[in-house]
Amino acid sequence: MTTAPDTLAWFARHELRLAWREWMAMMTGGRPARRVGVIIFLAVLVIGMHLLSFALLSPWVASGAAIDKAMLVMLTGTGLLFWTVMLSQVLESVTRVYYSRSDLDLILSSPASSRRLFAVRTAAVALSSTALSALLASPLINVLVLLDGPHWLAAYGVAAALGALATAIALGMTIALFRLVGPKQTRFISQIVAAIVGAGFVIGVQAVAILHFGSISRFSLFQSNEVIEAAPDVDSLLWWPARAAMGEPLPALVVIALGLAALVLTVVATSSSYGFHAISTAGLNHIRSRRKSTRRPFRLGSQRQALRRKEWLLLQRDPWLLSQTLMQILYLAPPALLLWLNYGSHAGAYVVVVPVLVMAAGQLAGGLAWLAISGEDAHDLVMTAPVTPRAVLQAKIEAVLVVIAIVLAPLLMLMALSSPTLALITAGCAALSAGSATAIQLWFRVTAKRSMFRRRQTASRAATLSEAFASIMWAGTGALLVAGQWFAIAPALAAALVLALARLLSPRRP
Amino acid sequence: MPSLGGQLQSEPPLAAPALAITGLSKTFDRPVVPDFALTVAAGEFYALLGPNGAGKTTILRMVAGLMQPDAGEIFIFGIDARRDPVAAKRITAWVSDEPMVYDRLTPLEYLEFVAGLWQIESALAERRANELIDWLGLRPHANDLCGSFSKGMLQKVALAGALVHDPRLIILDEPLTGLDAGSARQVKDVLLDKVRQGVTVIMTTHILEVAERMAQRIGVIREGRLIAEGTLAELRARSGATSSLEDIFLDLVGKDTQAA
Repeated sequence: MTTAPDTLAWFARHELRLAWREWMAMMTGGRPARRVGVIIFLAVLVIGMHLLSFALLSPWVASGAAIDKAMLVMLTGTGLLFWTVMLSQVLESVTRVYYSRSDLDLILSSPASSRRLFAVRTAAVALSSTALSALLASPLINVLVLLDGPHWLAAYGVAAALGALATAIALGMTIALFRLVGPKQTRFISQIVAAIVGAGFVIGVQAVAILHFGSISRFSLFQSNEVIEAAPDVDSLLWWPARAAMGEPLPALVVIALGLAALVLTVVATSSSYGFHAISTAGLNHIRSRRKSTRRPFRLGSQRQALRRKEWLLLQRDPWLLSQTLMQILYLAPPALLLWLNYGSHAGAYVVVVPVLVMAAGQLAGGLAWLAISGEDAHDLVMTAPVTPRAVLQAKIEAVLVVIAIVLAPLLMLMALSSPTLALITAGCAALSAGSATAIQLWFRVTAKRSMFRRRQTASRAATLSEAFASIMWAGTGALLVAGQWFAIAPALAAALVLALARLLSPRRP
Repeated sequence: MPSLGGQLQSEPPLAAPALAITGLSKTFDRPVVPDFALTVAAGEFYALLGPNGAGKTTILRMVAGLMQPDAGEIFIFGIDARRDPVAAKRITAWVSDEPMVYDRLTPLEYLEFVAGLWQIESALAERRANELIDWLGLRPHANDLCGSFSKGMLQKVALAGALVHDPRLIILDEPLTGLDAGSARQVKDVLLDKVRQGVTVIMTTHILEVAERMAQRIGVIREGRLIAEGTLAELRARSGATSSLEDIFLDLVGKDTQAA
């Protein structure tokens, strides 16, 4: 079926086709034969998640699935946590709608309506964030539908409403930033806002949990009697999103209608200025960004030093790096707070921070390694230089690991003052986690110009998943080691297995 | 053009040709370079011509160490480039039609990085970098990030990078593509000046007029084989054509093909 050109449906079809092909290419690594493997992997994952959800929810449903104030607090608080992360992601995606060039120059120079393109791309942002959150929540929702009734299907509608609301707010914020600070600063500030929004609420809840309950778990706040007692009564409007998710007709109708209406109204109000703002961002590449003219004299050192210095300069000046790493660094704030509060006390009090630090080291290293190892604007220059490819890779890896070391060093030193053993274990596991993530990025490297890197997620899905699993396993190893458990060998072996699997899946190199 | 002379770490024999290739071959889905041989004398300006897909870029990328040949030998000033690529790279520079420049480095930072890769002594590197910046008219933009530069300016920065380590052999693959007349003239002047100083230049170009006016010897490639070689006069004599290089070229490769 064909659609008339320059209509919403036509643009939507075009975008859908591109998105589908990009997704398939990412999932299969460009090899169609991998499709079967991907389908089997996803099927196993889905079944596993549903079984886990069943085990988790069946006792609660069997006990009568009571909807009391405690449940509403828990559901609303958890929902708010996920929604702030969703808002953060959407804010970044909306910024990219304005800043990414790819085919924008072609479309904006054509007589096609930029308003329609904008409407479609904004809807795509809302849909993708909704799809992701619905996908993550689907095992829980599906099991509840199975055990408690179809009214839980309304939770999918609430996810869509939350996605739409987040997109509407992100659009409003982006336009406000364009007007307040102009196109040059909007991308930078919105990345900071996205990171703070994404991490802020989570960190805030964790900080309260740490200060008040001495626990790093953010859920301890939602389970506390003080919060539940202080919360409004069950008939308050505050609980309507939670009630909507549970399938109560009126709240569901109102929440879904409000979310979708907010998005439609914001798109209508902001679409006319899309062409103008998108064109204003295109001009940024031609604005000369001047550095200090009085610079230091040349200090060359070894080839590896030159390569490392270049990597640090480029990482420092990467326009998207902030959004990729700021959130990971912000997540280190709660463990830092816990360390600070427990400074000088018994080491066991902050054993919980070890996995957080190990996990953060892995994630941060993965992000930086992706940029440093795969992003090479002057590949031919480096390859024609009198330096071995091995030395080039070594220098890039060193550049990444030094950054991780600088970020983690203060926390490790603070930890070492109380327990050198704990600090040593954390440092070791963090090094393994960062090293694993870097190695995975090395195996899956696809050399390209940095300007071609739209986002972190364009890395191979297999690489991203392996990196996450390896970090989790090293975090588990660290947690069990500090608890004195010999069982720590199990996650360590699992991490090694993940690495072996990643090596096996990685593209072969001559 | 200022003198950019400097100390080489290990001076290769001067009597050796700048480039000596024998039996070079490369196969992708089909043989692209079947059995290629070429010798370029030291201090020569050599233009390599051929229709699209003739294998020019593949050959030059193998010489520059950017691609692994299936077979054959490559000697750069007597250095076996396949056995000791690092030594060969030390005296070679590569410039492609796509400038190899970092968007988020300034020209001075870029030259500092390149000098670091080629291990030039700091003071000498800085002096050369500043001379090249002035000479190529980049001084007003020496502290701007390269991401905002035009194609011509980027190519000048790339060329400065190729010259900062004072190479003895410069290999250029379509260096004039997309340049305006002024920038193209400047690049051509730089290359001629380097040849006058004794540097060897090997260049592919689809602008036959450039090859005609600049090159001392011209090689014509078709399907990965050198089908004609010599000075313009020798090529004229061989093909019997009396007019331009374009006529000779089309006569050699066939009128249905185009230079690239």
